Amino acid sequence: MSDTKKFLFFNRKAPYGTIYAWESLEVVLISAAFEQDVSLAFMDDGVYQLVKGQDTSGIGMKNFSPTYAALGDYEITKIYVEKESLEERGLTLDDLQHLVWEDEDEDYAEKDSIRLVSRAELGDVMAEQDVLFNF
Amino acid sequence: MSILHLVNKSPYENSNLNTATSIMKGDDVLLLIEDGVYGAVKSGKASAMIAGQKVSVLGPDLAARGISEDKLADGVGVIDYAGFVDLVESNDKVQSWL
Amino acid sequence: MKFTIQVNEGPYQHQSADSAYHFAKAALEKGHEIFRIFFYHDGVNNGTRLTTPPQDDRNIVARWTELGQAHDIDMVLCVAAAQRRGLVDDGEAERNGKDATNIAPGFRISGLGQLVEGGIQSDRLIVFGD
Repeated sequence: MSDTKKFLFFNRKAPYGTIYAWESLEVVLISAAFEQDVSLAFMDDGVYQLVKGQDTSGIGMKNFSPTYAALGDYEITKIYVEKESLEERGLTLDDLQHLVWEDEDEDYAEKDSIRLVSRAELGDVMAEQDVLFNF
Repeated sequence: MSILHLVNKSPYENSNLNTATSIMKGDDVLLLIEDGVYGAVKSGKASAMIAGQKVSVLGPDLAARGISEDKLADGVGVIDYAGFVDLVESNDKVQSWL
Repeated sequence: MKFTIQVNEGPYQHQSADSAYHFAKAALEKGHEIFRIFFYHDGVNNGTRLTTPPQDDRNIVARWTELGQAHDIDMVLCVAAAQRRGLVDDGEAERNGKDATNIAPGFRISGLGQLVEGGIQSDRLIVFGD
């Protein structure tokens, strides 16, 4: 009998102004070891976490944004980004890191991890989950 | 299948109540706790956000903030911590809009 | 039902530690089981032995210790968050060369896996935070 649950990790806060973005990512990475069905959702200011080109040298903080690119290696392949949150902030997918995973069932073909969804679609994703994490 | 949505901030402080009420659907329930209870005050503009939703507020948080129950928007239920536990049990999962 | 409770904020600064406590107490009174209370981010500060709150106000840390011990609740401070914020038990003091410990009775320091496990093993996860 499988213990597998669907976990959805919500990211709704901008990076660096507070620690939530980074410390929630630490939970996501650990969760990979537990072989659950893990998805991430980025909405509201959380979409800022994925913006590319972060340079933290001037503020003296660790730039943790490269960690998002490693998520594919941890078999985290479902990264939902909410459309309305991007639009509100004048962002497009082009502003975000291009996150991918390698599908070993298809000769390690590179596939996009980011799934752009509307708020309503994200609501549907939420409804399918077993556990919702917020930070 | 339903989600219990928790909002603990005033709608005049941040947009969590707006996000929660715009994504809730079906039989989902909203519980306002801590500073979130201000969202249920009828005379406040933000109470329009909760119209048409199943909403409860935590009575102890109302009382702490000097809000009498007659100030609440129509249809808002007032519960205590035991009622909070019941809501967690009767809905499938909890979404804390932090 | 089995509940795992996550507390993201420290004592006094936010109401979340209080809300989590009252929720936990009510859940136990209703006969539910608390699988774990996991303290993350500044929530690890709920586990300091060194607070001296004013006499006329609630003692949040002592309250957790009392609840935890009365009901044998597993109260865990996340090790990564604890290291950042200076919450130290004997094991951490030895591992990291600290000259003191400051953890309150009833708490233990352990990894993030404890939160994930809580999510897997419990019927409900309830998060209290900012």
